[in-house]
Amino acid sequence: MSDHNKQAGQHGEKPVKREMSRRQFLSYTLGGAGGFMAAGIIIPMLRFAIDPVLEPKAKADWIKVVEEAQIGTEPKAFQFKMHQVDGWYESDVELTAWIAKDSKGQVFALNPTCKHLGCTVSFDAPSHEYHCPCHGAKYTADGKNLVVAPLPLDEYSVKVEQGFVYVGQLHPNSRVK
Amino acid sequence: MFKSMYNWIDERLDITPMWRDVADHEVPEHVNPAHHFSAFVYCFGGLTFFITVIQILSGMFLTMYYTPDIINAYASVDYLSHKVAFGVIVRGMHHWGASLVIVMMFLHTLRVFFTGSYKAPREMNWVVGMMIFGVMLGLGFTGYLLPWDNKAYFATQVGIKIAASVPFIGDYIKTLLQGGEVVGAVTLTRFFAIHVFFLPAVLLALLAGHFFMIRKQGISGPL
Ligand code: HEM
Ligand code: FES
Repeated sequence: MSDHNKQAGQHGEKPVKREMSRRQFLSYTLGGAGGFMAAGIIIPMLRFAIDPVLEPKAKADWIKVVEEAQIGTEPKAFQFKMHQVDGWYESDVELTAWIAKDSKGQVFALNPTCKHLGCTVSFDAPSHEYHCPCHGAKYTADGKNLVVAPLPLDEYSVKVEQGFVYVGQLHPNSRVK
Repeated sequence: MFKSMYNWIDERLDITPMWRDVADHEVPEHVNPAHHFSAFVYCFGGLTFFITVIQILSGMFLTMYYTPDIINAYASVDYLSHKVAFGVIVRGMHHWGASLVIVMMFLHTLRVFFTGSYKAPREMNWVVGMMIFGVMLGLGFTGYLLPWDNKAYFATQVGIKIAASVPFIGDYIKTLLQGGEVVGAVTLTRFFAIHVFFLPAVLLALLAGHFFMIRKQGISGPL
């Protein structure tokens, strides 16, 4: 493309003006217009494809789980139903929270999804720890990771109203570091 | 930067002759709208291909959300067109493109007919073109069922009844298309498979043949 200018430079004594050749002009304008049209086709499709990443995360509602009287100092598993919108499929999925009272009498609820690679942990009463069946992760009753897992178990927000325990938004464990 | 990347690859693989052979030809004067405006009729083949590319791209993206199942198909199309960003646009490209591709193909066929380009030595390309025409109609027919709304259901019902009127083998064709006794769950999965795998594969093979022959024989001369 720039051959044209170089050749002119070899023959002429004075430095030549670097004019745009007809060929260059055409390839820029046609390339630009073509690129614009191609972008008009491709961009909507890419935005369509990456939409799940850009969707705002749904906020959890408070869900009534169990009477406060049933909560002891040892974590116990309680099921609750959460309404889940999964694309065009809506359902009420059954989730589990392990709920207990700490030494100050405060109710807390842990999510049993292992922070190693996502298997489901359960509380092992004799050792007073959570154990994961997949690769041997262990956690304290507060959810602190002891072996294998890199992070403590996630925690549900909890409120107690008129004798009932409600769980809400899931968030990183706030009880242990 | 692109130039040096291109050169790096070219030094190793000598790709320049390959694309030159495919793409580097002068447009004959009688085909160039810059010389004779009426030569725009020679664009319809390219436009058909352009829209086919859009159909294939938009169709691939639609399958990210579409579900070929009688309970979820309609809901998934509703979701992808109203909840997903640019859903109406991507579906719209596919929806309108499906009609436009037929229009362009028809205009292209008219051009070939009235310029007599189907004559020797290009008879085979006319035949391949007719096969492409059939595959396109097949894509339109099978795609039309996919949204699984009333229009889709009854259009397919009618289309299959028409196919069933073929003498002797009509009933077999009907069962084969429906995949059973009724237009239902099995029909939808089968039409989906035909629409997104079988016919596009056949279409690409036919297009390759079409373009190979054009490359070998060149564009037919002026009238
Ligand atoms: C050149 C070829 C094609 C034509 C003429 C065509 C035609 C159609 C038509 C008429 C519909 C119904 C659209 C509506 O009612 O809104 C449709 C739907 C669909 N097509 Fe195609 N199609 C083509 C290629 C493809 C390809 C290559 C794929 C995938 C790889 C694809 C995937 C889909 C999907 C998933 C739907 C259902 C979504 C919807 O209805 O909006 N199509 N097609
Ligand atoms: S997933 Fe729990 S230990 Fe690996």
